[in-house]
Amino acid sequence: MTTGTGKTRINRRSLLKGAAATAGLAVGAGAVTGFPTVWAQNIKNVTLRQFGTGVSNLNEVAAKVKEDLGFTLEMTALDSDSVTQRAATQPKSFDIADIEYWICKKVWGAGNLQAMDTSKIKNYDKIVGTFRSGKLTPDSVIAQGTAPHTVGFVEGPEGKTFVDNESGWMTLIPTIYNADTLGIRPDLIGRLIESWTELLNPEFKGKASILDISSIGIMDAAMVCEAMGEVQYGDKGNMTKEEIDKTMAIFTEAKKNGQFRAFWKSFDESVNLMSSGEVVIQSMWSPAITAVRSKGIPCVYQPLKEGYRSWGGGLGLSANLSGIELDAAYEYINWYLSGWVGGFLMRQGYYSAVPETSKNFMTEDEWGYWFEGKTAQKDIVNPQGKVMEKAGAVRDGGSFYDRMGAVACWNAVMDENKYMVRKWNEFIAA
Amino acid sequence: MAPGAASKETAVSKAPSPEKASWFLVSPLVLVLGVFLVLPILTIVTVSFWDYNEYNFFPAFILENYSYLLTSQVTLATYLKTFKFMALTWVFCAVIGFTVAYFLAFHVRSLPMQVVLFLICTVPFWTSNIIRMISWIPFLGRNGIANSTLISAGVIDEPLEWLLFSDFAVVLAFVHLYCLFMVVPIFNTMMRIDRSLIEAARDAGASGFQILTNVIIPLTKPGIMIGSIFVVTLVMGDFITVRFMSGGQSASVGRVISNEIALLQYPAAAASAVVLLITVLIMIGIMMRFVDIRKEL
Repeated sequence: MTTGTGKTRINRRSLLKGAAATAGLAVGAGAVTGFPTVWAQNIKNVTLRQFGTGVSNLNEVAAKVKEDLGFTLEMTALDSDSVTQRAATQPKSFDIADIEYWICKKVWGAGNLQAMDTSKIKNYDKIVGTFRSGKLTPDSVIAQGTAPHTVGFVEGPEGKTFVDNESGWMTLIPTIYNADTLGIRPDLIGRLIESWTELLNPEFKGKASILDISSIGIMDAAMVCEAMGEVQYGDKGNMTKEEIDKTMAIFTEAKKNGQFRAFWKSFDESVNLMSSGEVVIQSMWSPAITAVRSKGIPCVYQPLKEGYRSWGGGLGLSANLSGIELDAAYEYINWYLSGWVGGFLMRQGYYSAVPETSKNFMTEDEWGYWFEGKTAQKDIVNPQGKVMEKAGAVRDGGSFYDRMGAVACWNAVMDENKYMVRKWNEFIAA
Repeated sequence: MAPGAASKETAVSKAPSPEKASWFLVSPLVLVLGVFLVLPILTIVTVSFWDYNEYNFFPAFILENYSYLLTSQVTLATYLKTFKFMALTWVFCAVIGFTVAYFLAFHVRSLPMQVVLFLICTVPFWTSNIIRMISWIPFLGRNGIANSTLISAGVIDEPLEWLLFSDFAVVLAFVHLYCLFMVVPIFNTMMRIDRSLIEAARDAGASGFQILTNVIIPLTKPGIMIGSIFVVTLVMGDFITVRFMSGGQSASVGRVISNEIALLQYPAAAASAVVLLITVLIMIGIMMRFVDIRKEL
């Protein structure tokens, strides 16, 4: 009995000693090379709590983190309103926030997130230009709205205000992004759709839908009004009261005329509306299109001549993180950008922040289909092994540069946000 | 404060006065209601005067939350819409609830049969509220069971669009969800009506209809009123049924509050909640004037 206790004590003590030594080694190694080469026993006890929207909070990622990095990543998937709420009001409930850039603009001021030192981010230089200088290619025009680079950097670790250059302190590390447009049912429409104006075309009376998340819905509405030539905007992502009034007046009238079948708020609602045939044209998100198509129902993510409404998300670190947890978080981010997750997400139709590392985790055919807009040589399967597209298919909208190069505006939060929300509520109640 | 210890001591030293004893008896209830009802409501009232920005709300004393709420066209439209849902749901629930309860109480003679039939009424409540509501959606849709049956039966040529994502659908779901809250209290009061009163009425030459209007309805009033309070408060506070069944196209007071919470506008949501609370209290106050429930129970 006594010997037993003694043994245990010695064991525990030597274990602690060893752990401390390896921890020091690991931290040292991390700082020098940025590689997670040596893993201390105690980093395996680290648990990072991440929350975000369902799009990137996937259990496969958590499982792979456990496998590759050894520590535990707990995922919580929420809708975008709840994500904003949690980031702003419950700082102790998370270590890593997976949020969109416009949410970042909203909640950064609450001081619950800390900026990241880009010198610790190994693949920083390979991150797509959109998230650094704002330009996808050197001659790109920066789109309207909350473009990611405008809220991507602050002046220092404690920075509260955004700066317009690559300061070395990043608010969010970009993870995924995409270009959104209207989804249509080609079988029920039977003709070419090429402009945002079609959403309010009386031809689709009672068969159209728009999403009821005010900050995104208003952008789709603005794309439509601008395409109709009814409203000219200075910046669709930062409208004046007058522009908001005009936009909502047009949509309220359409609503009263019975243009809309329903408004949707969650991903599955949009899938159900489309697959049941209640709606033939609506604002939609890319994986929702895939979900409809995987039921064998034709559905197209229609590129439109006025361009796309784009969005991007990224990982932010909780201000409470320090010590070994902070190191683990940096390792996690470096791992995130190293390709596996990127490949995993790109095979679902999103884009990764560092496409060139993701390429290593995709077949040539997959890369050709998803990124380069080439014709699929074989059936394209998603990460779960389900066939998404038959051989011969071409991605709606073409290549990465065709799609991300045609972004007209980014999801945004406006200066007149409060006013806009009230007007949106009036529209819903009308 | 230790009410247990205090009362023990009093009991030992001298018999407590009845007044003191009743104070001790109510104190647990006062405590529970104070912590879980009064305190939260006071918090909501306090916050409703605070100010807010995109990501935070902070102490202040502003009337803007209320002034916007009470002058906005949206509030008026939303309340009118909610009242409309409430009134329609109430009428249908009352008629159906009364009929079902009447059948159970007066037509079914044996008690075991009454119990069995009553339990059958509650079967739908074994699944969740949300599931019962959502299952209407595929049924009522454009290509749903209702429309395809009607079309194949030759009743209609084109699918009926107003079946789903309409006020009709909202009221239908409400009636389906809340009817039992009307059946139970009405059935309960009906069972307690002295059958000899009905015999006496019949002996005095009353017709079936006269018995209904002069004996049964007046004696069932407390049950109807309790059921009505359930239905009215549930419909006034609902947000999810309206959202799903109207396809997000109709507003209700509950939805406005849930939207405000989602947008982190807690003070505005608190102000809306206070106004809703006052409205519902006034409505219940009016209903209580028709029937003294405490006297009738």
